[in-house]
Amino acid sequence: MNSAKRFEAVRMVFAILIALLISFVIIFFVSDEPVNAIVQLVTGPFKSKRNLANVFESMIPLIFTGTGVCIMFSANQINLAGEGAFHVGGLVAAVAALKIALPAGVSPVVCLLLSAVAGALLTAIPAIMKVKTEASELVSSLMLNYVALWFSTFILMQFICDPATGAASYSIPDAASLSSLMRGTRIHSGIFIAILVAVLGYLFLYKTKVGYQLRIVGENEEYARYSGISIIKVILVSQLLGGFIAGLGGGVELLSPIYDRFTWTASLGYGWDAIIICTLAKKNPLYTPFAALFLAYLRTGASIMSRATDVSFEIVQITQAVIILFVVAEQFLSRYKHKLIAKEAKEALKEEEAA
Amino acid sequence: MLNGIFSVEFVNSILRATTPILFATMASAVAAKAGICNMALEGMMLLSALFGVLFSAMGGGIFGTASGLSQFASFGFGFLLTVLVGGLIGLIFAFCILHMKADEILAAIALNLIASGGTVMILMAVAGEKGASSTIASVAAPKVVIPLIGSIPVLGEILSGQNLLTWLSILAVIVMHVFLYKTPMGLKIRAVGENKNAAESVGISARKIQYIALVISGMLASMGGFYLSGGYMNMFTREMAAGRGYIALAASSMGADTPVGGFLVSILFGIAQAVANLMQLTTIPMQLIQLIPYLTTLIGLGIYSYARMKRRKKLLSSE
Repeated sequence: MNSAKRFEAVRMVFAILIALLISFVIIFFVSDEPVNAIVQLVTGPFKSKRNLANVFESMIPLIFTGTGVCIMFSANQINLAGEGAFHVGGLVAAVAALKIALPAGVSPVVCLLLSAVAGALLTAIPAIMKVKTEASELVSSLMLNYVALWFSTFILMQFICDPATGAASYSIPDAASLSSLMRGTRIHSGIFIAILVAVLGYLFLYKTKVGYQLRIVGENEEYARYSGISIIKVILVSQLLGGFIAGLGGGVELLSPIYDRFTWTASLGYGWDAIIICTLAKKNPLYTPFAALFLAYLRTGASIMSRATDVSFEIVQITQAVIILFVVAEQFLSRYKHKLIAKEAKEALKEEEAA
Repeated sequence: MLNGIFSVEFVNSILRATTPILFATMASAVAAKAGICNMALEGMMLLSALFGVLFSAMGGGIFGTASGLSQFASFGFGFLLTVLVGGLIGLIFAFCILHMKADEILAAIALNLIASGGTVMILMAVAGEKGASSTIASVAAPKVVIPLIGSIPVLGEILSGQNLLTWLSILAVIVMHVFLYKTPMGLKIRAVGENKNAAESVGISARKIQYIALVISGMLASMGGFYLSGGYMNMFTREMAAGRGYIALAASSMGADTPVGGFLVSILFGIAQAVANLMQLTTIPMQLIQLIPYLTTLIGLGIYSYARMKRRKKLLSSE
């Protein structure tokens, strides 16, 4: 490991520690039983098999949106419609499962493909707008998330709503559902798809020509332009692929044993969580499962804490935000970085002299 | 529905919907003129909406709410404190991106996350509730009744009885226009936004100017946030900013980041929202009506960006 990489690792650990520390301080302020709350937060996930299973269940959607965002952000396309793509992916999977009757082995595959395509179509809108009108993909994708949310609710209420439930779809048929892997838990076969997507995402970004072009555009668009890389191609490929993966994630989540019906009438937030996954994974899809595991652990702990004590789950959002802030703040620990670089340079010099 | 459009209530509903967006659009414009995309507007508005309720309730505790005057004092106390805290949030955001060199979009996402989680935590701690602040006795911004004009039909009905903050938002447009285009500080802000290095070469500290712009931006956003919970509604509800900060980013960009341009786009947005409100009386599904403001903004952004691109290409080819 060279000094730059080692420094990044140290910095990330510090960022996480500081974020946890700040969260603990907040807990001490708002809670009547702060020690119990912190114990629940930190050790809760290990208390039972079900709790531990929760960690792995909630890790799955995060890997999908995280990988999608990694690909878009690697090309410096700040498309935030991963949130909407995930949502629409879930909707399309539900509609397909309910309306297209297919045999058990085929049904999930068709549903998931359709949900991935739906996600890609959604993130294609900011991408095409950027190519055709030069509109910032950031602003258009932010608007699109709300359009996707309300449109999905519209489809739910008008076309697939089960009158007996009020605001949920009919039950997803078993033929379309993803099976659970372990008895008594809801860890499902989607975890293999998630890890496969993360690995393929890595291979695409780091081992293919298009992936390389994409990263060059992300590093320096002017340079990429002069070296003959088609910027339009990169804008489209990165965002379509990002939406494809996020949409697939939405489909996997909905067909999983966690949901029996499509019930998403509010934003689930996985698109936003993807930002911290991408930040922690340093835009490398290969690291997203680890970042997702960390975040899933934290959130499971927080959920257990909020049920057992008087501290609300929302504290996690603050922890997440502080981690993002410290990881992306270039100046954080920059003095230490200088020292590290200076030390390495001196050592190299000594070695040279000795030789 | 046509009857609805030609009524005083319709104009009022446009103004009600426009006010928070207008403040936020001004906030976005001043930051954009200094070269910063302030996506943290959303979180700034949300935090201020909660602080507005808390501080005005605090004001109510100090000055009482018995008479009109004491009510006004309570509101004034709450409003000033909220704007002050808004400036402080702007300062913290500026510190993160200018001093700590965090990416402005990622730092904004972080701030919005803090706002989203923080408001729920604070509400829980203060009111013991997660969803709304209905148990807190906050003091809303007063309505301005103009004595003689109020009795003129139609025009008087529109001019009189508007929320004080609606007037303040229109005043903010004029003030921001004068500030950005007629004062030395405004010139410096625009110079930094136009070309940071060129501005620094003539001795302007770009960092200082951007700090100032973001503090102003935070204060303007907090006025919009205050209006949400003390004008538009009379309490704080969870996630009540509902993307208005993001809409303001679009509105400001469509108005070429000028106060007057942003004002016109904000009014257009207000009209879209008011039409959506009227449509709730029809049989059109509620969910489709809800997406109108966002879809309008999206389409508007596309049209504006296309026109701007054409204009630029024409300029380039005529050279």
